[in-house]
Amino acid sequence: MQFMLLFSRQGKLRLQKWYVPLSDKEKKKITRELVQTVLARKPKMCSFLEWRDLKVVYKRYASLYFCCAIEHQDNELITLEIIHRYVELLDKYFGSVCELDIIFNFEKAYFILDEFLLGGEPQETSKKTVLKAIEQADLLQENVDFQMRLFAGTVCESPNNPRCSVEH
Amino acid sequence: MSPSVPLQEMIRAIRSARTQCEERGVIQRECAAIRAQFRQADNGGRSHNLAKLLYVHMLGYPAHFGQMECVRMIASPRYSEKRVGYLGAMMLLDEKQDASLLITNSIKNDLSHSNQYVQSLALCTLACMGSAEMCRDLAPEIDRLLRASNSYIKKKAALCAVHIVRKVHELGELFVPAARSLLSEKNHGVLHGAVVLIIELCEQNPETLERFRKTVPDLVQIMKGLVLSGYSPEHDVAGISDPFLQVSLDPWDQIAACVCDAVQVATNTDSTKTVGNAVLYETVLTVLDIKSESGLRVLAVNILGRFLLNNDRNIRYIAMTSLQKIVGTDHNAVQRHRGTIVDCLKDQDASVKRRALELSLALVSASNIRSMMKELLLFLSSCPPELRAHAASGIFNAAERYAPSQRWHIDTMLHVLITAGGDVRDETVPNLIQLITNASELHCYTVHKLYRALLLDISQQSLVQVACWCIGEYGDLLLKGDCQETEPVQVTEDDALDALETVLQSHMSSPATRGFALTATMKLSTRITDNVDRIRSIVSIYGSCIDVELQQRAVEYNALFRKYDHMRAAVLERMPVIEKNSPGHTNGESTGEAVKDVPTAKMKQGEPLLLQHEDRSDHPPGPAVDCLVSGLSVHAAGTAGGDLLDLLGGFEPAELSPGEPLSVTHTHTHTLV
Repeated sequence: MQFMLLFSRQGKLRLQKWYVPLSDKEKKKITRELVQTVLARKPKMCSFLEWRDLKVVYKRYASLYFCCAIEHQDNELITLEIIHRYVELLDKYFGSVCELDIIFNFEKAYFILDEFLLGGEPQETSKKTVLKAIEQADLLQENVDFQMRLFAGTVCESPNNPRCSVEH
Repeated sequence: MSPSVPLQEMIRAIRSARTQCEERGVIQRECAAIRAQFRQADNGGRSHNLAKLLYVHMLGYPAHFGQMECVRMIASPRYSEKRVGYLGAMMLLDEKQDASLLITNSIKNDLSHSNQYVQSLALCTLACMGSAEMCRDLAPEIDRLLRASNSYIKKKAALCAVHIVRKVHELGELFVPAARSLLSEKNHGVLHGAVVLIIELCEQNPETLERFRKTVPDLVQIMKGLVLSGYSPEHDVAGISDPFLQVSLDPWDQIAACVCDAVQVATNTDSTKTVGNAVLYETVLTVLDIKSESGLRVLAVNILGRFLLNNDRNIRYIAMTSLQKIVGTDHNAVQRHRGTIVDCLKDQDASVKRRALELSLALVSASNIRSMMKELLLFLSSCPPELRAHAASGIFNAAERYAPSQRWHIDTMLHVLITAGGDVRDETVPNLIQLITNASELHCYTVHKLYRALLLDISQQSLVQVACWCIGEYGDLLLKGDCQETEPVQVTEDDALDALETVLQSHMSSPATRGFALTATMKLSTRITDNVDRIRSIVSIYGSCIDVELQQRAVEYNALFRKYDHMRAAVLERMPVIEKNSPGHTNGESTGEAVKDVPTAKMKQGEPLLLQHEDRSDHPPGPAVDCLVSGLSVHAAGTAGGDLLDLLGGFEPAELSPGEPLSVTHTHTHTLV
């Protein structure tokens, strides 16, 4: 896979993941053109289109378009599956995901994508494993955050201790 | 220093901005705050600030001042900061930035971190944006991880190795032994990664193919195991990677046997779900790519045929794409599915239509030309505009190659012109005219048909040009009125002249079309008996036309009427049959009227031109076909004076300029006066 874009029906970008090195300007140009092309397609049309020298696979879920650009030797149907799998992962993680979830927790969406795809290829085919890994990583992050806040004195480890310096 | 706002608050604020200007204001304030925060010493909110910056970057605003912060955060010992730091690195840094080199050391340290999630962050970043230098530095680390770590890390390391091999081909050697040992893993993720790595290695370096050849039976075993042990969507991706590997291995006999097994797999695969179809598709591609025996190929084509009947548009599309690739070699196999393909021409989707059109054009042959042409013409009348030109030219090619009879050919071309006259290429007009002149027994029929078409619609320029030319050339046949092949219709001279005048006066006619019409009117002056005066008056009107081309023609025709009336009959006689590949003619530049070259240059490469699907955008529209030169050359001997030969002598078709004919005519005038 060369890149993956998520954008809304109005053309606003919600997530972009690039697996090829391109300058910022080129990325913007590609994004703009591709978004326009995909948004111009009618609802019942084929999910595959040829754009420049790439194959583009896209699918619309509710108000979001998931768009992947793949090379010629890649299998389009599998890419559709990959997109679907990613949406399932998001759904499981956020619990009935909607576009707002992805807007307000975009970094989490990225983390999930990074657990699922690596260097443009899917790394793990089992949903459970991916979600478990994310969970563990989140837990790790929370522990660290907790430690930090403890250290900064904003959170109290022992709420019932009268001698604790933190205000309750 | 304004207080930092939590990420979600900022997002909300940006979204609630009602105008672009307001949004920019909010973002500028936030960026200023973030910049100030970055300059400060370490505080707890660093990861939040970077996250905010990344959001702003995604909206399209500049965020390069965050690059150094990313570097710093990656080096931080805290996991939360590392996480956001690496995310920032993947978004803001790419291998072209200098700052990316600074994170190499951090990545190296993190690759040996005790916590696997930290390791995974490093691997992910390296696989996403690792530059060639970074890859070279860190390759040994990756190799180490490939051998001795848990499966979670191994699978990531394998894919990271894929990226490294893609970036720096020479490092492929390093990973070969590790890759082989990975194949014995049980974990699907690792297996998949290993297979992708092996594919990449084989693609880069054919020698490694030799080493992996022995592993092919193992792979088939794995694949069999996957399918026979009950299907679950978890395994689909691993399942298809194996056929993928078969693709990159060149065919040997062992492969043939393995592919048979692969197809066994295929027939067992459930094809009702997309996943199953994906696996089948991959198998088909494999079979077609390697040089398998014909039995397998037929099987593959049958699977594709089944795909064609699928309700899902996507599946039909990819089936046609694959069939397109093999239609050259396995023509007969694909012919069997012709009916379905032709049905797809009627599909709603433009991409499916395009594929169906290309495939249909490829499938046209002498035996099915009539039925296919019917379908294609039907398609042409309802196809989307962007496909029209392609369809029209495809139809012409097919008609050219397989036309069962001349009449059919002419009919087809006329039909195309009537339906899609605006989208045909410019050389169609001369080609059609040439065709018509060659079919001498059909002149009567053709001219009647064209006349009727002209009466109906004068907006299609190509059609009008051909019609005018024919009426001019075969006007006598038109006026005679009795034609065996169509119903007789009485056309009077006035009718014919009316038609031509309408074309002349219509605002829809292009200048070239008008030229055709004027010349046709002129020619009719020798074919008809009563209304010569009317023709003279028409021609003299155009002597003061604002269009230079028309004016020139009109003036010269006037001259023909007045001074050279004795030559008029000879000059305007019926044209000889235009031959294909006549030498010595250039591209018809429609410059001077008196030197209309036969555009046989276009016909010179008649066959190959039509077969090449090139767009000829720069040819002048409708080079006029009237060839007074050739008419003159044929009759020069018989007419008055070698003065005509002077006329001819002054013509070097290649070097004409617009001014020349005028001067030639002047010389003519001088010599004859």
